[in-house]
Amino acid sequence: MALKKFVVGVFDDEHNLFNAVRKVRKSGYRLHEVYTPFPLHGLDREMGLRDTSIHTAGFIYGLTGTSLAFGFMTWIFTKDWPLNIGGKPHFALPAWIPIMFEFTVLLSAVGMVLTFCYVCQLAPFVKKHHFHLRSTDDKFVMVLDVSSGNSESEASDFLSGLGASEVNVQVAETGWWLGTYDREQKLGLSREPSH
Amino acid sequence: MTTSKEFFEVPKRYKNWSYGLIGIGILALLVGYFMYGASDDIHHKSRFWATLLQNSTYFLLTTNAAMFFICATILAFGGWQMVFRRVPEAISAAVPVIGVITLVILLAIVFGGHHMTHIYHWTDHETVANDKILEGKSPFLNIPFYIIWTVLIIGLWSLLGFKVRKISLEADKPMSVEQGKKYIWKNTVWASLYIVWFALTVMSTTPWLWLMSIDAHWYSTMYSWYTFASTWVSGLALITLFVIYLKNAGYLEYTNKEHLHDLGKFMFAFSIFWAYLWFSQFMLIWYANIPEETVYFNPRIKDGAYSGVFWFNFIINFLAPFLIFMKRNSKRNYTTVTIMSLIIVFGHWLDFYQMVMASVAPDHVEMNLFDFGIALGFVGIIMLVTGRALSKYPLVSKYHPFQKESIIHHT
Repeated sequence: MALKKFVVGVFDDEHNLFNAVRKVRKSGYRLHEVYTPFPLHGLDREMGLRDTSIHTAGFIYGLTGTSLAFGFMTWIFTKDWPLNIGGKPHFALPAWIPIMFEFTVLLSAVGMVLTFCYVCQLAPFVKKHHFHLRSTDDKFVMVLDVSSGNSESEASDFLSGLGASEVNVQVAETGWWLGTYDREQKLGLSREPSH
Repeated sequence: MTTSKEFFEVPKRYKNWSYGLIGIGILALLVGYFMYGASDDIHHKSRFWATLLQNSTYFLLTTNAAMFFICATILAFGGWQMVFRRVPEAISAAVPVIGVITLVILLAIVFGGHHMTHIYHWTDHETVANDKILEGKSPFLNIPFYIIWTVLIIGLWSLLGFKVRKISLEADKPMSVEQGKKYIWKNTVWASLYIVWFALTVMSTTPWLWLMSIDAHWYSTMYSWYTFASTWVSGLALITLFVIYLKNAGYLEYTNKEHLHDLGKFMFAFSIFWAYLWFSQFMLIWYANIPEETVYFNPRIKDGAYSGVFWFNFIINFLAPFLIFMKRNSKRNYTTVTIMSLIIVFGHWLDFYQMVMASVAPDHVEMNLFDFGIALGFVGIIMLVTGRALSKYPLVSKYHPFQKESIIHHT
């Protein structure tokens, strides 16, 4: 887990933010992440993020569920322990379809949730650095990575030029850790405004 | 917005096509009448009327699904469809026209009785008197009720649809916020009336009377929902086809891939819904294995004459939409959506074919140009009436309160 240096710009509304994202990408700064209090339509496209692959994962999990349920039931009812149930054939496919369907849904749903949590590094006791606590309330927070190349003061000036109401520099952990946040960060005291 | 694109001008080619298709339909009707309808053989006569029954009910229910689309979205306070809402409205204008044709056909079959066709066994008094099951059903399955209810069904669909279309025109004039609220309320009231009537007809009694009573001994609680799912998804495909046609012709400037994506999602979802009912109907009967019930599937699966149609029907109505529409990009691609919509409209026509024909003539499949000709005739009628209805009013109701929501719609 590496420490990196970030320039954090705080915006008051999403129109400024969209504009800033566009300009930042054009000017070649490295956009680390954007934090918003609610989902913004089209922001992912402006940030140049690729489409998510979670549906492909979901399809594969679903297919796994179908074939597992099908294979397991086939093995049980035709090989391992054939039973005469109401005179139906041992290979009673129509009766299995509801179970295959349910298992497909179960595996794809649970699988997608777990994959999502893994990709977003969400789990009990896992902590990540918060760049600005009010990004969960009413502020739109853009984070630029300035560990290599760009100078931080230049980036700070650039962000305030784009309409950021508050700009600061933070050295932060990029990965996750187990445990609690320290008190300082909770109160937001570690941030030192550069302007 | 340029004024020239605000109104749909019916192109000459479009008109010629619709007249041509209607011509084919009439020709098929005449040829079919002399080949089958006027024959002395009751099987031929039954086949003639069964084809008319299949086509008229299918296209009537499909065009009526367009009005269901409007009313369902009104009740859900949906805004996304507003930029193309005039299209389903125009399609539903075909309901009275096809309704009258259907009414004539249904009345002819009922009044023709047992001597003209072998379609509705329950119309024959002697048969009913010697048949305990049919006697038990006779409070519902009798000629007066059938006629009154059928007239009510078609009449009220037409009337309520007409009212909802008329209310829609009020959104062509500017309105204040207060007026807008009242306007939405008015829409809601009429849409709910339509939906209630829809529930009492398409989702229950209509398929029982018109189609399920062909097998008067047999019944399935899934049947009406199955019919509804079938016509609802083909109605959505019909709406999509008209939207894409208008978009290609340079109209509907606010309609874009976002709206197409949602229509594609609808078709995807309701193809699955249809397959769910298709399977549920089968599985309950397969599991219980009661002879009165399994009789329905005898001509349709395994060694039955219609098993090819039955399984092909399942492939094009479920597997194809399910696998192809699953991907996001295919729902946003005009070509793919057009092809899939055509497949769905044809597929559910085929579904109706096996629903009607496998009961009327269970021994062999006799699908020929007569069936396709009649179907094309109905397509021509839908094209003609919808084209006319589209050209009468502006294609976009500019001042509807939800208009902006629809323009900025993002999927």
